[in-house]
Amino acid sequence: MATSDVAPAEGKRIEERDAVVIRFCGDSGDGMQLAGTQMTNVSAVFGNDVSTLPDFPAEIRAPAGSLAGVSGFQLHFSSNDIFTPGDEVDTLVAMNPAALKTNIADLKRGGTLIVNSNSFERGDLKKAGYESNPLDDEDLLAPFDVHKVEMTRLSRDAVEGLGLSLSASDLCKNFFALGLVYWLYERDATPTREWVAQKFAKKPDIAEANLRALQGGQNFGVSTGSFRVHYRVPPAKLAPGTYRKITGNEALAIGLATAAKLAERPLFYAGYPITPASDILHELSRLKHFGVRTFQAEDEIAAMSAAVGAAFAGEFAISASSGPGICLKGEAMGLGVMTELPMVIIDVQRGGPSTGLPTKTEQSDLMLAMFGRNGESPLPIVAAATPGDCFWMAQEALRIAVEFMTPVILLSDGYIANGAEPWRVPKVEDLVPIIVEHPTELNSEDGYLPYLRDERLVRPWCRAGTPGLMHRIGGLEKSDGSGNVDYDPNNHEHMSHVRAQKVANVAEAIPEQDVFGAQEGDLLLLSWGGTFGAVRQAVKTLSEQGRSVGHAHLRYLNPFPRNLEELLGRFGTVLVAELNLGQLVQLIRSKFLVDARQYNKIQGKPFQVSELIEVIESHL
Amino acid sequence: MTTELPVLTPKDFGSDQELRWCPRCGDYSILAQFKKLLPTLGIPKEDFMVVSGIGCSSRFPYYVDTYGFHSIHGRAPAIATGIKGVRPDLQVWVITGDGDGLSIGGNHLMHAIRRNVNLKIILFNNQIYGLTKGQYSPTSPVGKRTKSTPLGSIDNPLSPLSVAIGSEATFVARSVDVDTKHLSKILERAAHHQGTAFIEVYQDCNVFNSGAFYYASKKGIKEENIVYLEHGKPLIFGTDRDKGIRVNEGNRPEVVKLGNGITEDDLLFHDEEAEEPSLAFMLGRMRHPEFPEPVGVLRSVERPAYDVALDEQVTESIERKGPGDLEELFCSGDTWTVT
Repeated sequence: MATSDVAPAEGKRIEERDAVVIRFCGDSGDGMQLAGTQMTNVSAVFGNDVSTLPDFPAEIRAPAGSLAGVSGFQLHFSSNDIFTPGDEVDTLVAMNPAALKTNIADLKRGGTLIVNSNSFERGDLKKAGYESNPLDDEDLLAPFDVHKVEMTRLSRDAVEGLGLSLSASDLCKNFFALGLVYWLYERDATPTREWVAQKFAKKPDIAEANLRALQGGQNFGVSTGSFRVHYRVPPAKLAPGTYRKITGNEALAIGLATAAKLAERPLFYAGYPITPASDILHELSRLKHFGVRTFQAEDEIAAMSAAVGAAFAGEFAISASSGPGICLKGEAMGLGVMTELPMVIIDVQRGGPSTGLPTKTEQSDLMLAMFGRNGESPLPIVAAATPGDCFWMAQEALRIAVEFMTPVILLSDGYIANGAEPWRVPKVEDLVPIIVEHPTELNSEDGYLPYLRDERLVRPWCRAGTPGLMHRIGGLEKSDGSGNVDYDPNNHEHMSHVRAQKVANVAEAIPEQDVFGAQEGDLLLLSWGGTFGAVRQAVKTLSEQGRSVGHAHLRYLNPFPRNLEELLGRFGTVLVAELNLGQLVQLIRSKFLVDARQYNKIQGKPFQVSELIEVIESHL
Repeated sequence: MTTELPVLTPKDFGSDQELRWCPRCGDYSILAQFKKLLPTLGIPKEDFMVVSGIGCSSRFPYYVDTYGFHSIHGRAPAIATGIKGVRPDLQVWVITGDGDGLSIGGNHLMHAIRRNVNLKIILFNNQIYGLTKGQYSPTSPVGKRTKSTPLGSIDNPLSPLSVAIGSEATFVARSVDVDTKHLSKILERAAHHQGTAFIEVYQDCNVFNSGAFYYASKKGIKEENIVYLEHGKPLIFGTDRDKGIRVNEGNRPEVVKLGNGITEDDLLFHDEEAEEPSLAFMLGRMRHPEFPEPVGVLRSVERPAYDVALDEQVTESIERKGPGDLEELFCSGDTWTVT
């Protein structure tokens, strides 16, 4: 990290940094997600590249002050291109002892530690399991630049005179912390001020209190003797264009609404509340003017079934969930496979099995997506690589579904669903609509044959209500062509092959796999889904050191890109890195008979760049 | 411009599929009344949809030449909700049974009814699992001996009507498979109802549960065992129409004999339009042999239908915000420009 001295401002030294990783952590009720999101906004608007990692407990409010209730938000902002929220933390803001205890290990030596010293009373310490006050522990704090700030008292002072209760005043301390951090990193608070004004438009006293606390934090930075240095991170050199900050779930919702708008037809979205997929439902339910119809079903089964119904009626149909919900959807997805109807199923993966780790990320469900239905039940699978990529893959999944008359699974995960990055806003005229031609006339002398296939084995998609084309379909095996119920042994074998071949044919309609870094050589790092950022950064770093390493990041998992086998053969070692116990690696080994190696992590956390570099080096 | 609809007959709604129900199954009669009804509704043939789950009754869509979906066990109400969610203009019928609708699909049935989705749901109640060859169902009486209850069922049955009314149904009716005139009338009423119309049909499974409803279907017996409901009319029944239902001081129904000072005016007068569903619920609880069982429309009230409301929300959103603008959507929230 380069540093250079710049002219001092406000009597204090200012240093320039390329990149900073900051983490806000506190109790679930301390508003850390909000503080982190605001810091992300102002940094993005300022022009930094940003990458975030919200990390919160599954409980809305675990016992206050407990270790289980700690909520954190990590932000990496930079003047360069970045791919991850960062491995080590430069600045840690800890609002209570529990937050300090669970996060201090990630603060790098020499890093800045800012604590709310008011919340280190005996009761707070006890809840966090501290026998003595860690703020008095010189050994613990020696490696860090420590700032003990009386945030509770100072934010109370800041809002004094507004007539707020003590508890209401204390709710403002996240804004005090935020204000201090804004000063520390020379952030322009305007976007946050505007946000507060809008958010609390109907509660002007709360708006005023938060603004005062924010200002109080900034003022404190200027006036206190505790901070001698503050920092500047110049804007990044991103490709020209208009940018916004986007999370994966936002991008999925916007991508789906875009598909509906471009095709000028409705989009039906059926969901059931589940972490971390619910935000897609929230976002889409506000987009009815795009022709989006959202349906909050009674359960996951009904959500999937309703999507099948909407597809049979002849409209774009989507359902989303996370692992446990996807299990429940399996039955109706199988019906979608049998009836060969287009629909997209989004799986925002989280730690499993069962309820598992609802708020933590994991590449848990590739095998579930591949094989989680009864019978031979193939369907295409795609996976988004980054938050912004969710926008594109939502449309791509729908395109494949409609083009091939099949359910398609789109895999996202908790990390990219909640993580944010700058997103270059696409030009509307560059977007490609999904065009569908529904039949309006009989397709044979024997009447309308719903399973009469084209050269790619795709059957027609008839909209219900089309005169003359009345037909019946269902979950029983069908006779090819007529779609009539057919139990003939040879027909079943034929149809099983046809369904498999149709999905295999998708390989011709997706791009070839590209490789980053070495195009052939010692080692190919193979990854998929939300691990893109960390893996790409690791391979980039090693490539720049001249190592013979390539990176192939799969966005198409079934079928695989048609050149994948050839590509794997160009490298001495294939290493598959996944946040599970090894799912893609099994598919690769069984399909291509490659002696692929694996690196796995299953802690509910994303990869760190440093650990990947270490692993890759051990295989070189 | 109005186009003259072609005059259709029941035959026009026959499909080319061979019927595969057992001979003399009650399903035939229901199918026949259904095919008679459709041409009378003035709806183009292509605007009908029949959706079913799994079970004997769920073969129904194959035998009607409309759009049809023979789906998966218990899910028909959910699938039909999806269809109505995008196509409120279609008339969608859901065909289900006591196992399909009340056991594996109980949740979907309950919630479709609660939402008042514009669906016409016919529940064929034969008190048995027929397609899987004779296990007891959620409507089988206690003590029922079946393949899976050789010592008699110990499960308490539930009443489809109670489930429907408890789920806030706006239209609830009951009929009997072989009572073709009555069944036709009820189907027609359901077709014209706005919102979920729920019909329980007593249906004889002559293979696995033969005669379960003889008391309600056999001429010469049924007169004593069922009471036809007519809106605004007293509840009178019996071979000689000399008995009635009166609500006693404990607010419970009781069977009384007319005469000896008891007149029609003392009887319960049916009000299918009562907003408050208690009367309908009470009627639905009248069980043979203690009471004559009511057939007819128990409840028919107006409430906005889900699919219509969903459609309206979309239309209103477009009117209020204008048709969605992608550029505006992409740039919602803070944006910045890199040059």
